[in-house]
Amino acid sequence: MEAGQRLPARTFRVTRADLVHYAGASGDFNPIHWNERTARAVGLPGVIAHGMLTMALAGRAVTEWAGAPDAVLDLGVRFTRPVPVPDDDAGTEVEVSAVVAAVADGRAELELTATCWGEKVLGKARAVVRV
Amino acid sequence: MPLNRGYVGRQLPPTPPYLVGREKVREFASAIGADDPAYHDPEQARARGYPDVVAPPTFAIVPASAASRQLRDDPELGLDYSRVVHGDQRFVYTRPVVAGDELVCAVTVEEITERAGHEFLTTRVEVTTPAGEPVVTVWNKLVVRGEGG
Repeated sequence: MEAGQRLPARTFRVTRADLVHYAGASGDFNPIHWNERTARAVGLPGVIAHGMLTMALAGRAVTEWAGAPDAVLDLGVRFTRPVPVPDDDAGTEVEVSAVVAAVADGRAELELTATCWGEKVLGKARAVVRV
Repeated sequence: MPLNRGYVGRQLPPTPPYLVGREKVREFASAIGADDPAYHDPEQARARGYPDVVAPPTFAIVPASAASRQLRDDPELGLDYSRVVHGDQRFVYTRPVVAGDELVCAVTVEEITERAGHEFLTTRVEVTTPAGEPVVTVWNKLVVRGEGG
């Protein structure tokens, strides 16, 4: 990795089944992530992905770019917009891309962008990885 | 009801150790589609120098949010969870989490602020071994939406 380098974007498909799987694995059973009725009652357009699932996908992209399962030293995001997941087999897609902001002392700092239907779903998203 | 400002700076007692299970790490990795064998296969993980399967970078949310439940369930803080939205999240690792780790979580309320009718609650969870060796620090900022919005 070198400063200014644009890393190859990764696209992740997210379906309702993925939300159920993530709920069970993480222990986050908030019904807005699986129950349409509850999601609409709190003013959402429908069931949305767990913010932590979106962040986990960003973490996956970063880990894969860095090339080691424990390369991530620092990962921080702001959740700026929900990721609605329609009740069909196609679900939705989250795209994660990054630019290398700096490289020094065996560490690279990445500025991340995550989008869903072209809109940013994470803000202030950055990672520091061991390189 | 506004958040109780008296909680700023408050440290909760450290939790009993959370034992990181190999199957839990595999389950979490599968749920996020992370297929690196180091997350799934202890032999491969050991061959690459880890004591057991490695947890993906956001796995620490599992013990950290379990520890933070103490705040959520504390009526004195006044956190109305039905109005809560996840604001910010950050993990800073000293070393990776691996299966077999025992993790103790110490929660501190760092900050409570207010802007545009919404309140913001920032907590820090220091995740350590029972001997106090640092593993990962987890920051979380929750947004409590105001009555009007």
